[in-house]
Amino acid sequence: MEFLQKVIQLYAERKEWFLDLFAAHVGLALTAAVSAGIIGLLLGIFISEHKKAAGPVLTIANIGYTIPAISLLGMLIPVLGIGDKTAITALTIYGIMPMVRNTYAGITGVGEEVVAAAEGMGSTRFQIMTKIKLPLAAGVIIAGVRNMVVMTISVSAIASFIGAGGLGVAIYRGITIYDSAMTFCGSFLIALLAIVSDLLLGLLERKVKKKTGIKTDKTGKHK
Amino acid sequence: MRMEMIRLEHVTKSFGRYKALDDVSIVVEEGEFLTVIGRSGCGKTTMLRMINGLQKPDSGKVYAAGEDVGEADLIRLRRKIGYVIQNKGLFPHMTVEKNIIYVPVISGQKDKRQNRKLAEELIGLVGLEREMLDRYPEELSGGQQQRVGIARALASRPKLLLMDEPFGALDEITKRAMQNELLALQKKLGMTVVFITHDIREAMKLGDRVLVMEQGKIAQCDTPENVKKNPADEFVKELIG
Repeated sequence: MEFLQKVIQLYAERKEWFLDLFAAHVGLALTAAVSAGIIGLLLGIFISEHKKAAGPVLTIANIGYTIPAISLLGMLIPVLGIGDKTAITALTIYGIMPMVRNTYAGITGVGEEVVAAAEGMGSTRFQIMTKIKLPLAAGVIIAGVRNMVVMTISVSAIASFIGAGGLGVAIYRGITIYDSAMTFCGSFLIALLAIVSDLLLGLLERKVKKKTGIKTDKTGKHK
Repeated sequence: MRMEMIRLEHVTKSFGRYKALDDVSIVVEEGEFLTVIGRSGCGKTTMLRMINGLQKPDSGKVYAAGEDVGEADLIRLRRKIGYVIQNKGLFPHMTVEKNIIYVPVISGQKDKRQNRKLAEELIGLVGLEREMLDRYPEELSGGQQQRVGIARALASRPKLLLMDEPFGALDEITKRAMQNELLALQKKLGMTVVFITHDIREAMKLGDRVLVMEQGKIAQCDTPENVKKNPADEFVKELIG
């Protein structure tokens, strides 16, 4: 109980500081998530249209995803130095994989008959993508976004080790000055942010799947 | 004199070593109902897909609706040819209305009231209630889905309708009703229809002429009576058995 009191007291005393860290954390994670989202989506669309590129692109994205976060950050420091820029770059590289994979899987999972019907009725390639494939893949793609956003929020915590802002700063400082309450305060907010984001995106995912996803399964891949 | 709607001249198509079409030539006249029958893998679907340019011949020429398919703007050509495949071809994320007005919409027709009117007219034409327009395909029965598929193909007022085993997944009773309605609709709108099936009774019932295919070649192409009376070879004889 004493610990909990200390935590509450700390939040009350240093409200502004925590708000700043929270905002910086959201800013960091959001920038990386949006970049990874856009790059991953475009790459996923590209490799679904150019199947030959799919293997190499997925392999490279997979390698980026496999490297431990802290190593990736460390390896980027000689190139980009320390600070937010490096952190965002690393987080973006990290987030691309789940986006590419889900976009690709979602698009290639759209039933062949549906695509053949759209083509036979005179759709342009662009219309097939925007009116048929992407809407039908939306459920799977949003699942990828959800996965990626939660991961980005978590990994952002480590970013303060290379001089970037965010709630990781509170964790790091708490450790260096032996203030476990401060470490707890930072960690708790990160956990909260991740859980709430996951919940909200989960709601969105369910809403989209209700409209398209369940039906995509039915028209699934079978011939 | 009747006009030609489709002409295939010495069309050949191979997939790897497998010959899907082997020197096929045929003419289909305007207003004719042609049924195409054969075993799976005999090349009938490939032949149909030549007509709207989904497949390109290795050699030979294809003409449809007065155009050389090899030279034509395929997007524009396909929009004026109705295309119906088995019920899986409906777009599951679009309402029945959105499905029906798909071709007008992708062709640039954006007026909502006009599109709604068109959808209401077409859904009536295929014998369904207007309330169906706001439902999703998966909420309909197989027969209803097939009707929507036909309504969708009619949205661009096509003179030519290509149908690839459209009733293959339906039960006998629904199938028979759909066949009668399709015949009535074809007469009413004066359309040319190419209809693929693997059901010989369906082929004989619907076709002005029946085209029997075997291993990428035309085994026989004649009126149902003549096919029955004088089967061209053992395969046709066996088929109509």
